[in-house]
Amino acid sequence: MNRQRLDARHLLCPMPVIRTQERVARLAPGEELEVLATDPGVLADIPAWCRVNGHLVLEAGPVDAAEREFRVCLRVGPNP
Amino acid sequence: MTKPAKAVALISGGLDSLLAAKVVQQQGVHVEGINFFTGFCVEGHTHAIRSKDRGRPKRNNALWVAEQLGIRLHIVEVIEEYKAIVTAPRHGYGSNLNPCLDCKGFMVGKAHEWMIEHDFDFIVTGEVVGQRPKSQRRDTMPVIARESGAGDRLLRPLCARLLPETLPEREGWVDRQLLHDFSGRSRKPQMALAAEFGFADYAQPAGGCCFLTDENYARKLGDLWQMRGERSYEFDDIMLLKVGRHLRPRPHFKLIVARDDGENNFLMGYRRQFVHLNATSHPGPLALLDGEPAAADLELAARLTARFGQGREAESVEVEIVHPGGERQLRTVRPLPAEEIPAYWYL
Repeated sequence: MNRQRLDARHLLCPMPVIRTQERVARLAPGEELEVLATDPGVLADIPAWCRVNGHLVLEAGPVDAAEREFRVCLRVGPNP
Repeated sequence: MTKPAKAVALISGGLDSLLAAKVVQQQGVHVEGINFFTGFCVEGHTHAIRSKDRGRPKRNNALWVAEQLGIRLHIVEVIEEYKAIVTAPRHGYGSNLNPCLDCKGFMVGKAHEWMIEHDFDFIVTGEVVGQRPKSQRRDTMPVIARESGAGDRLLRPLCARLLPETLPEREGWVDRQLLHDFSGRSRKPQMALAAEFGFADYAQPAGGCCFLTDENYARKLGDLWQMRGERSYEFDDIMLLKVGRHLRPRPHFKLIVARDDGENNFLMGYRRQFVHLNATSHPGPLALLDGEPAAADLELAARLTARFGQGREAESVEVEIVHPGGERQLRTVRPLPAEEIPAYWYL
């Protein structure tokens, strides 16, 4: 499966969510997106955005032990 | 069988918009939410820049409301377009730099554009007659409907029975008798309705969602405009106004001094755009210098930076000054005593 990447580092929420929304709108159902961010708020906000918009969160957590970067992976739902 | 009517609801994340959307949703209308990001929104994450606020729940209230309602939420960035609303509001400002009436008209107008683009039927807001001194008065609510272009496709379910009938009511998409007649600043009717719907946990009712209503923030934005000689801003400007101590010791420069590790980390992201200073002999904050400093200004800025670090009582502190091009200089300075910092330097 093709997985695209979105660099949302150094953006404060809700900007990473907005960038995710914009990118998902250009993807097809079933495609995957990996979002990299520095605002830990993405761990709550992107999954919440996915839940209300019908996308599936595959993974959400810190990238490193220092918790300076975070990754959320999602699969696009039927109505991007 | 006819399709249910479709409404787009402005969702701020507060109680009123939650209730307004729920009232309409309960009448069988298909509701989706829309939320606008202006750059001035007060978010839990903005608070969470500060270390002392790290324990607060990191929740986007608009998304949380959408989850409670089981509706889709579309978050729309309006940073650029919103500048005209903040810098030149047709209806003026509220008690600070809050252009509430223009803001509401703008947001309803954007929702109206979205409604047309997505083939929805009407717009829902959580406005209540008499709740806000400028934007939610009986005489200003028609202004919003008119200037936004929404006209009678704008429904305010919480106070609709006090207002002229709208298209959704005339068309039978919603039953006017099931709408409400709330008015005034009391929150009791909303709280009772929330209890009726089973909403126990909701964001702070009524307001507090925009930095432009904050006196301290508005003072800093006013200072920025005064020093630039015009009302203008970039996104980074308004983000930096949310963070740190702002001191203007001279008309041509100000210092932004981090107050804790969280703010230090945040300001680090901006350091290459500014002259920045930090003590090297003692632990202390990062300070960004915004302006065109002369040599003597750098000395003063270094003394101020030393003042806010752990070397504040020391005879001397070494401060590194780094210019945007990467040029570095080290100065040994005496920290500026508190009594030599006039109150008016603090913005």
